[in-house]
This record gives sequence, C-alpha cells and structure tokens, in this order.
Amino acid sequence: MPQKLKKKPVKKAAKKPAKKVAKKAARKVTKKIAKKAPVKVVKKAPLKVVKKAVESKVNNFVIRFANVNGTGSASANFLFTKSIFRMGIPVTPKNIFPSNIQGLPTWYEVRVSEKGYLGRREGIDMMVAVNPQSMLKDVMSVRPGGYFLYDSSKPLHSQFLRDDINYIGIPLMEMCNAAYTDARQRQLFKNIVYVGALIALFDIEFSVVEGLLAEQFKGKEKLIPSNVKALTLGMDYVKANFKYPLDIRVERRDLVKDWIMMEGNAACGLGAVYAGATFAAWYPITPSTSVVEGFADFASEYRVDKATGKKNVAIVQAEDELAAIGMVIGANWNGARSFTATSGPGLSLMNEFLGLAYFAEIPAVLVDVQRTGPSTGMPTRTQQSDVLEAAYASHGDTKQVLLFPSTPKECFELTADSFDLAESLQTPVIVMTDLDLGMNDHMTPPLVWDDKRQYKRGKVLDAAALEKIEKFGRYLDVDKDGITYRTIPGTHPSKGSFFTRGTSRDEFAVYTEDSDAYQRNMDRLTRKWNTAKKMVPAPQLYQKSNRSSDGILFFGTSQYAAEEAMDILNRQGKPVDAIRIKSFPFNKTVEDFIASHKRVFVIEQNRDAQMKTLLMVELQVNPAKLISVLNYNGLPITADNILNQMAQNTSGSPKLKKA
Amino acid sequence: MSYVRPKFRHPELPKNKLGYTIDYYEGTLSTLCAGCGHDSISAAIIQGCYEMNIEPHRLAKLSGIGCSSKTPAYFLSNSHGFNSVHGRMPSVATGANMANRDLIYFGVSGDGDTASIGMGQFVHAIRRNLNMVYIVMNNGCYGLTKGQDSATADAGSKNKTGQVNLFESIDLASLAIELGATYVAQSFSGDKAQLVPLIKAAMKHPGFAFINVISPCVTFNNNVGSTKSYDHVRQHVEATATMDFVPEMQEITTSYGEGSTKQVKMHDGSYISLHKLSEDWDPLDRQSAMNAVLNAKAKNEILTGLLYVDPQTEDLHHLLQTSDKPLNTLTKEELCPGSEALKDINAGLR
Repeated sequence: MPQKLKKKPVKKAAKKPAKKVAKKAARKVTKKIAKKAPVKVVKKAPLKVVKKAVESKVNNFVIRFANVNGTGSASANFLFTKSIFRMGIPVTPKNIFPSNIQGLPTWYEVRVSEKGYLGRREGIDMMVAVNPQSMLKDVMSVRPGGYFLYDSSKPLHSQFLRDDINYIGIPLMEMCNAAYTDARQRQLFKNIVYVGALIALFDIEFSVVEGLLAEQFKGKEKLIPSNVKALTLGMDYVKANFKYPLDIRVERRDLVKDWIMMEGNAACGLGAVYAGATFAAWYPITPSTSVVEGFADFASEYRVDKATGKKNVAIVQAEDELAAIGMVIGANWNGARSFTATSGPGLSLMNEFLGLAYFAEIPAVLVDVQRTGPSTGMPTRTQQSDVLEAAYASHGDTKQVLLFPSTPKECFELTADSFDLAESLQTPVIVMTDLDLGMNDHMTPPLVWDDKRQYKRGKVLDAAALEKIEKFGRYLDVDKDGITYRTIPGTHPSKGSFFTRGTSRDEFAVYTEDSDAYQRNMDRLTRKWNTAKKMVPAPQLYQKSNRSSDGILFFGTSQYAAEEAMDILNRQGKPVDAIRIKSFPFNKTVEDFIASHKRVFVIEQNRDAQMKTLLMVELQVNPAKLISVLNYNGLPITADNILNQMAQNTSGSPKLKKA
Repeated sequence: MSYVRPKFRHPELPKNKLGYTIDYYEGTLSTLCAGCGHDSISAAIIQGCYEMNIEPHRLAKLSGIGCSSKTPAYFLSNSHGFNSVHGRMPSVATGANMANRDLIYFGVSGDGDTASIGMGQFVHAIRRNLNMVYIVMNNGCYGLTKGQDSATADAGSKNKTGQVNLFESIDLASLAIELGATYVAQSFSGDKAQLVPLIKAAMKHPGFAFINVISPCVTFNNNVGSTKSYDHVRQHVEATATMDFVPEMQEITTSYGEGSTKQVKMHDGSYISLHKLSEDWDPLDRQSAMNAVLNAKAKNEILTGLLYVDPQTEDLHHLLQTSDKPLNTLTKEELCPGSEALKDINAGLR
C-alpha cells in the first residue's frame, strides 16, 4: 500500500561546504583527459547551462542504468523503481538484458510519467553508467541536456566527453573500497551507493526507500544497516558535491492508487493456479521460464496440504518441448487442467502435437512468451512474431485459438479464461504474451477473482449421463455447434470408452478412410471454429461511435504506446478511433471496425505484418486499407515511433531498410 | 488381416472374478498381416488382463505410430485408448498418469517408435520411474513403410532384399537396466506361456515396467539371415527361468521338481515365482542382471524372462509427493485460493 509520507524538506541544504571537493572532482576529471571537449561536471554551478526546458521534468523523465549482468544491480535498480512507485508516481521499468549469466552489458530503463504513460519512450534523460564495456554507446545515447552519472574513481577518457550533457562523477569504487572489506560487498554496494545518490538528485523520499529495505530484508534485519550505510554514502556525496535536486526529479503524487506492480509471467502462473490447473509440464526457455516458476511458487503456497506435505499439483520439467506439450495433452485427455509455457523455438517444436490436439480435440493451454526470432534470434528481446505460427500451428488444416493479454492483470485473467475456453472448445488455447510483458514489472490494476465463478469444464459426460445414453458417439455433433461430448478414462465400466487418435475417424471414433466421413469431420471443426468466435474475449473498443475515418488496431504490449499516441493525437485535435484485439478467431466487432474506417493502421511488433496478414486472410480485408505500423528491433514499441510511421502514411507493405 | 474372428463364443466360457469372459477383453479385428507377432502379444495382453481381473475401464492404453502402435485397437475395447504421434507415447502417458494415479497405464510401442524417433521420451520416462507398463513389439524393421531397417536391427542381419545392416543395434533391455528401469523383461511373441505372467507382473509393478518382446515381422523381416526371424529367434532364445505370477492372497500350489526357485514379493503382497533359476544371476541385483544380458549377447543368445526387478520402488507420484486423491478429481474448492488470498497477493505487490 502506498505509504502516506510527508515530503522531506531537503532543498535548502544545497548551499553548504563541499565546494572544494567538487572542485577537486572537477579537476580530477579535466586534468587527466584530453583538453578539448570540456567536461561539464555538475557542481554547485547552475545546472541548466545546456538545454532549454521544454516540458516540466518533474515526474517526467527516462533514466537508464548501464550495468554488468551478474553484479547484483537488478535488486538495486528495482529498489529505485519501487520507491518512485511508492511515492504515487506512474513508473515503467524495462530490462534490456543479454542472453548471458555474468559479465555482459545489461540495461535497466525506467520511465517516470506523471501522465501515466506506461510505454517505453526514446531519449535518455539520465544515464547511470557503471559498465565500462558499454560506456561509449551509453554516453552517446543521452539526450542533449541530460545527465551522465558515472564512477569517477578513475577519470573519464576524452572519448566519453560531450559538451551538450551534464556529468555527475561519483567515486563509487573508491567509496566502497573504503567502506567495505569484502570483495562481493564492495561490488554489490556500488549499486546501492548510486541509488543513494539518485535519492538526493531526484528528491526521492528516503523514508520510502528505508521502508522498502525493511520489507526486502524481513527476517534478515542484520542486512539493513549496511544497505542504509551505502545509501547514505551516495546521498551524502551528492549533497556535499552537487547542487540538488536536479530539474529532473520526482514529487509525491496520488496517481498510482491501488495498482500493483507485477511481471506478466508471474500473473500467468497465478492465473493457472486460480483456474485449477493441477499439472504443468515445461522445458526451460527464456523468456517463459518464470511462468511455470511463478506457478510453482504460488502452488507451493496454496496447493500443499500443511499436515501431510502432499500436493494438489504436479509439475514435471520435461526433456524437451515436444514432451512438455505431449504431457499436457495426456493430462488434459485424462481430465486434469494442465498447461505449458514456452517461447518461439518451443512453439515450433510443439507444432506436431498441437495438430494432434486440434484434430483429436483435446484441451490444452499454452502460454507463448514471444521473443525476437527467427531461430534463436535475440532471445532476451521482445517481439510479437509468433502470431502466424501460433494461429495455424501444425500441418494440415489447423487453426488455433489465441488470446492476447496486454497487462499483467490480463495475463492473470486470460490465463484463467484459457482453461475454460480450452475445455469448452476441446482444443488448444495459446496465450500470446511477450518478453516485455512477461519479464518486466508493470503497473497494473489489482487482480480480482469472483468467488462465485465456476470452472467451465465443457461437455464432459459422467457415469450418470452415460447411463442415459444409448450409444455414445465421441464426435457426434449433438448440439449442432460443432462441439461434441467427451468422456474421461475410468468413468464408466461399459460405456463411453473410445479410441483417441490423430487419424481420421467417424462420429463414433472408429478409424475410417472414407472421404465423406473425413470431410464431415473437417466441416464440423469449422463449425466449432465459428462457435469459438462467440466465446472468445471480445476486443476493446475505445469509442462508442466512430469519430474519424482513420482507425488504429493493436494488441498485446503495443497497448501502452498506442494509447499514448492516441492521447497525443487527441491533444493535437486529430483523434483516431481504436480497437484492441484480445483474441483469435476474430469476431464481428473486429470486422465491423475495419469495415467502418477508411484506413486502419495495424500496429504490431514484428517485421512481416503478421496480424495484418491474419486479418487479410481471415476477414478478406482489402490489403490497401490496412497500413502497417511496425516495430521489430527487439525493444518495446514507442508512441513516437507509432506517430512517425502514421505521419508517413506509407503503403501497407513493410519498408526494407537499405543495407 | 490376421484372421477372421468368429462371433460365436462357447456359452460356457469360464468367467473371471469380475464375471467377465475373455472375449470381454478383446478389441476390434486386427488389420495386421497374417502371422504377425504383434497379434500374439495382443492375445497375451488380453489373457493377462482377463486373468488379473482388470476392470477394462480402469486401464488406459496408449501408443505412438507404427504397426505395433495400431494394436491397442485390437485389445480391450472397453478401455480408453490413445494413439498419439510417432515416438511421443511416453509423454502422453506421463501426463495421463499425473492426472489420475489410480488407473493402469499400458503403453505399446515399436522399435522405430521407441529406439529412434522416441528414444528421448523413452529414456526420460524410465528416469522418472513412471508407473506404467511399456511394451516394445520389436521386429527390427519399419513395417508400415515397407521394411526399412530399424535401430534394433542387428549389425550383419539381412533384410528381405538381402541387404546387410551396417550399424550396431540398440539393445533396449540392457539400455533400460542401465537407465534404472525398475522392472525389465524380455520375451518372444511366440512364447505366450512366458509372456502372460510377465505382463501380469508388470501391471502390478509400482513403477516403470519394461518388456521388450521380439516379435517377428512376417512380411519384411522373416527371411534367412535376419536375426529377428521366427526361425532365428527360436534357435537363439535362452530363457532365464520359468516364471509364474501369483496375485495377492492366492495360495501357491504349483510345485516344481528341479532347480532353484526364487519368490519375489511385490509391494502389494503378490509374488513372482522364478524357477530353474541360474545360480550366478540374481534378478534383484541390477549389476548381476546387466551381466547376464551382456553374457548372453556375447554368446549370440537372446535372454528372455524377467531380467531385473526392484519390487519396492517408488514411482513419480511418490517422488513429487502428489496427493493421494487423483488430481483430476480435485474440485474448485480444493484448488482455487479465492478472492481473500488474492487481496494478500495484491498487497504484497504494492
């Protein structure tokens, strides 16, 4: 819960000693580096030398931390983010990390937005550069007028000097070497020291940070003082040497309300717990791993009999993705709600089994946390590039039900819904998230669960129902909606058993190579697909009636940037209509939205305009009407990017950059 | 087709304890070639289930793809069956078993389905000691695609066209022992007397029970020079022991004259009786079993019978500590933490 804390009066302390230290620091830098490119060390002197302020930078900036992975920076950076969140200010962190465990550059980008924009934004207002490997790129990526905080234990080389940004040198290594003796501590606390510096520079409430530390080290209270000491070191250094707070800073607000901060993967795992999944099979793959790990964590809390230690859940780490989906299908066939999580390469491997589940009509839930393909691609970057592969997963005529959550709250809800849908439709349901949603913390409304909600297990005949039936036909379309009745093994001694198979069969599940019987079955599956259109979650429409001949269409994590772009267009007096797709197959609302607009900008995060393709194929839309807005560099899409591409108003086909 | 089965049954066919006659355990008519070893194995399964008083609906039969994987249609019509995809039966069986620990899981596979495309899943099902019966109907060739060599074809063995197999064979029984399978047997489709008790004991075994059955392919691999032909197998079979399976609480009445006898007590009180046991081999000792298999191989013999068993083993459910109640019977009340818990979770994320 957001703590009600009074603002700390700090600003006036600004004019005290430390002039000498600052001068010394400045000398230190300027002396040991080339003469040209004078360093702008931020000291007591005016800060706004460089750039004219356009917009208020209070609660409105982007800070990027450049770290070395495996050095403990993640928890320090999260401490920073969470403090701002606790001060009631909307904040969005993004991990931009390598496919590596230790020693490579990793970045953590935090956008602070008073307006509540939760998408990524280009342009870095402050870079906290503690990784020499990436420093040149880091220093170049700072916006003119921005800040570059670095470890001044060693002087900056001239190549890192720009005259249009401000430098804040803090001797992190020196300070930690002096304060701590243990090598690991020296490294770890460097991170905490810079957080301390940022507390002073950004005017973050210290008591909030202290509160977070107390929570983090609950039960390990011994660790708190050393952390507070490191924070204080950083704060004191800033207070002694620099004018603070900066123009980019935070002020307490009440804009977060009762929202929570959560990763999408954990929310998917929790959704599966609430939906009554009792079995998960999986094979580790970034960025989906934490879905099942999240499921396991919540299950260890809520699914273990405290007295006996027995679990109302089973989790098997499979030998590969083929086995993982096979196990999920086996369990669902046998009446247990079951799921797996994977990413692109795993989805490719699961294609064979997904075709079996489609054709043999077995429920299955799969969470696909998409990453940058093709092949291994950039495994730790985000993309929405599995859309087509998932929609038509497997050989032959197959179509799969897809759900597209945008937020952790929706990850929770749609994962839970996916089990109802999979069992109601007796077919796989793929929850399409991505790395951005899955592995980053997002501000999201609190999760809700209706205790009156019942699990929809679909058309399953129990022993009593079988007694009343003269002859059970597994694939008999009794209700004419394409969905037939199934039985679970072990239900009735003499009725309801049948042979599940991936080969063609008749209405009574008997193998057949009769052309008519085969086609009847395929047509019934189409009927079922049409029924699905009425059952899948409806899209989100942003207007009651059309206000523009232009519309934008998006899904998943493009939501934040798309909404920001809409907001900007609104303020410019050029509003557009919008629709957010939440599922495939598309229902009538999607069709109507496209039909009722002259142009529809389809925003998606892949190169080949996969959603546009799907819309064209499934709804027979004129391709010229659908204009692609694409982002496929592995980083989350931004509002500026969307607006630029819309302004260009180019043809629908993706432009190829010249090599 | 193997045979046309007459509908007529003797009116006084004996009934088992459940009141079922043996035809209640039969399946649909086999579409395999006449004389196929696989049909004999199906018959042994039917016999075993009948004698064990199995409720057919409490058994699930699973298979992959291939001639052997068709057979679950030819036995136990009153059981649910799952003919999955090629080489992937173990994973489907794993999921099914996790969902309901109370059923018997009966997997049927072939040498292509297990030793080639399905090798990964086979070895990992063993590692997990999944509680199932896993029968390989092993004929050393790919029947459905017309006779290509499989990975269990012996080096030097000739196929129908006279081509000699160049590659070492994979010995599934010794592999299973090596990997830690807790019940490993080998048999011959032509030896029903041995096969039936092996199947019965396998169904009672509380972990992964593997039976590798040499089952000649009459159409593509029954020629002179093939080491998987009826003639070759008959000439080279060496049985480890005569075996009986004695279900729980049943009095042991049969008496045997010569040789040593060993009784292996199963977890539920039933017994496996092994007679005329060779003295330098102990089926309860993994290393000894491994030696026996390797020694036989060196002598160009096919060792059959129960090779190794760990009767007190614990299966995957025990290892994972899953609830005694089958997971597929748990209700929302037992599974869903509810809205109050969610409030706490939300609070922890602020």
